[in-house]
Amino acid sequence: MDATQLLAQAADAVAAADPAGLMPARQQMALSLGWHIILACFGVAFPAIIFAMHLRGLLKKDPVSLDLAKRWGKVSAVLFAIGAVSGTVLSFEMGLLWPGLMGTYGDVLGLPFAFEGLAFFLEAIFLGIYLYGWGRMPPRLHLMMVVPMAITGIIGTYCVIAVNAWMNHPVGFDVIDGAITNIEPWAVLFNTHTFMQFAHMWVAAYMVAGFSIAAVYAAGMLKGRRDRHHRLGFMVPFAFATVAALAQPFVGHLLGEGLDERQPSKLAAFELAATTDEGASPLRIGGVLIDGEVKGALEIPYLGSMIALGSLTEPVPGLDQIPEEDHPPVNFTHLAFQAMIGLGLLLMGAVVLYWFLRWRKRDLLHNRWFLRFMATTGVLAVAAMEAGWIATEVGRQPWIVFGVMRTTEAAADHSAGLWGVYGASVLLYGAMTVGAAVVLRSMARRWREGAADLPSPYGPRSPLADAATVRECGDERDHAKEAAR
Amino acid sequence: MSLEFAVAAALFAGVLCYAVLGGADFGSGFHDLTAGGSRRGAPLRTLIDHSIGPVWEANHVWLIYVLVMWWTGFPKSFAATMTTLHVPLVLALVGIVLRGASFAFRKYSETLAQAKLFGIVFATSSVLAPFFLGTIAGSLASGRVPAAGNGDPWSSWLAPTPLFTGAISVGTCAFLAGVFLTADAARRGQDALAAELRIRSLIVGAVTGAVVFAALIPIERDAPTLWEGLMSRAAPVMALSALGGIATLVLLWRRRFGFARVTAVTAVAAVMAGWGLGQYPWVLVDQVTVHEGAGASATLQGLLVAVAIAALVVVPALGYLLYLTQSPQWNEAGVPAGRAAHWSRRIESGRRRP
Repeated sequence: MDATQLLAQAADAVAAADPAGLMPARQQMALSLGWHIILACFGVAFPAIIFAMHLRGLLKKDPVSLDLAKRWGKVSAVLFAIGAVSGTVLSFEMGLLWPGLMGTYGDVLGLPFAFEGLAFFLEAIFLGIYLYGWGRMPPRLHLMMVVPMAITGIIGTYCVIAVNAWMNHPVGFDVIDGAITNIEPWAVLFNTHTFMQFAHMWVAAYMVAGFSIAAVYAAGMLKGRRDRHHRLGFMVPFAFATVAALAQPFVGHLLGEGLDERQPSKLAAFELAATTDEGASPLRIGGVLIDGEVKGALEIPYLGSMIALGSLTEPVPGLDQIPEEDHPPVNFTHLAFQAMIGLGLLLMGAVVLYWFLRWRKRDLLHNRWFLRFMATTGVLAVAAMEAGWIATEVGRQPWIVFGVMRTTEAAADHSAGLWGVYGASVLLYGAMTVGAAVVLRSMARRWREGAADLPSPYGPRSPLADAATVRECGDERDHAKEAAR
Repeated sequence: MSLEFAVAAALFAGVLCYAVLGGADFGSGFHDLTAGGSRRGAPLRTLIDHSIGPVWEANHVWLIYVLVMWWTGFPKSFAATMTTLHVPLVLALVGIVLRGASFAFRKYSETLAQAKLFGIVFATSSVLAPFFLGTIAGSLASGRVPAAGNGDPWSSWLAPTPLFTGAISVGTCAFLAGVFLTADAARRGQDALAAELRIRSLIVGAVTGAVVFAALIPIERDAPTLWEGLMSRAAPVMALSALGGIATLVLLWRRRFGFARVTAVTAVAAVMAGWGLGQYPWVLVDQVTVHEGAGASATLQGLLVAVAIAALVVVPALGYLLYLTQSPQWNEAGVPAGRAAHWSRRIESGRRRP
């Protein structure tokens, strides 16, 4: 039997096992979740970064800091708006795509969502107050309006992650003769496994937001905009990203502890362990599993067991110990997992290098190669986070609730026509991405050109905009003059 | 009062808040859509930006609250609805997404062409979203969602009652928005705009009122259970709604815009309450009652804890936001011309606005 026949057979087996609507439903969920999570990161981390900048402005009476905080507030308004609506999509999709999960376990997993809803409520309220409160409230009170946003970011993240942690490690109910009884919703909220997973995501949010914002100013410096405005705009988010990038590998490692007990199939996929080794497992970097054999991996002896199990003798339990129908898609999970780790370590290395050289009195912000790298870190941090989500979500398959409910049981009875909805969603999300990019770039350009506020084009012209002598960020103007010379 | 009734009441309170607060935001889209060309419509569109900008996201969260309360408190009926009404749900969702995104994009658009594009998307989706949300309500109320789910994806909502409730939903949103915007324009001293909005609100209010009562004709045959409830238990609130609507029109006519907001909210809230009382005790009319559909008791108790926290924390915060948006400091049309000072100077000196 040659490879094509094997493939055909495998495809048939998949088709027989999975309803036609399952794959488009999974893709739809992946698209909408993967898109929303980027904005959720900004919702969680951006308020604290704005708070730091705004506080600096008030304490040092520094108009550049205040201008930056005000501009970031406006940027966050755009991001928060599309984040709010894309989050709503997820609420609908929980029911539209996974009615089997929600109908059966809605009252088990729902309570954390209720608290997340409250957190989101407060965040939306205080964002409204903060954004429209510039110049309309006493300054200190106005600054305090950011604090609830940073706190609700923590609560909201915790609650959403509690649901995902529950899907990985279900608690708070018993299944007796097929009926779900003894439901303890608070056990889901305070699931022991939740805390580390929350910490991992919360820190990731600060990496994504911190590096993304810093990257914008790094790109500006590359274009020769070397004013205080750019330096501050880079340093404050970079400081947040530094702490997050340094902490993240350790948090992630602690999260992985005990994975061999909780989800051995996921661990086997992460470590590309097709079979259980005799003695300690090597760390397999890269590589794929073809016909049950590992191909193309760089193997470092002992390290796999050391990292995954903290042992020099025990092997990582392989997929051979797990029934075939319970195997996740191994290669995808493995590569996504290692992409996350590789990118995370790269970012950690970059911040270590920066601060080490700064301690040695060398400022890498004058090094064009470092700036070029920093300009890509936003994308890299997003890629690391997406890879992490792919690793944990695909690695949980074929379960939606690990060991309890299969994804096929949760899916709705949709036909392959769901691919059409998916195609439309790709267009919709693509359009929103383009729209956001166009608007944000035009905001940045107008700010650079000296627009103090951004009046809507159909509205009456703002008197402030007419007073051409009034500019924000005076250092930018000086720079523009120099450039003109 | 049973546990499941308390949760159902808390859920329905969310529906009511969404209808009134979120509804007014959606309704602004109707007025935006019909405001005319970019020159003629500019003052109204600027007012809409100013009025709903600070509040629409907070108001939008009521929808999330409702969904979460529903799937946690009454999970099976939620799944049944989702598998039956996926067509209007997806269409409403597209409307919600496009409304929110394009409203934010329009606010910061650079050119008139961009603002027009985002504005058209914002305004159109603001009308479509409440229409489809209304059809979902009508479908539930007329007993078209089977308890086991997977009902017919088309006949479940392309029917007299759902289509009427969709239209009523669009009308009440536009009515509320019209009354609110009239009061906003008057408070900001934009008298010409207030006069235009007053006429609009009078027309929209009269038409919507007529549609609400016209809808009662098909409902009698199309949704007998709801009809029975409306004519007995819910009759007082339906009467209150009619009174509120008429009072609003009278107040608008007599230019008492502040009071008109109160009566308009009363009218819309009463219509919604009428629906809730009319279909009680059913979650899915003729299929699943509140009692039958409820989830685990421990979860319902947990939800009531969440509701209590919301009442203590969220409601005052929301009230503060709404208070600020109505306060004089937040309602100046702009800074007087000729003040050539950097805005941050105002912050440094700690003054509000001179």
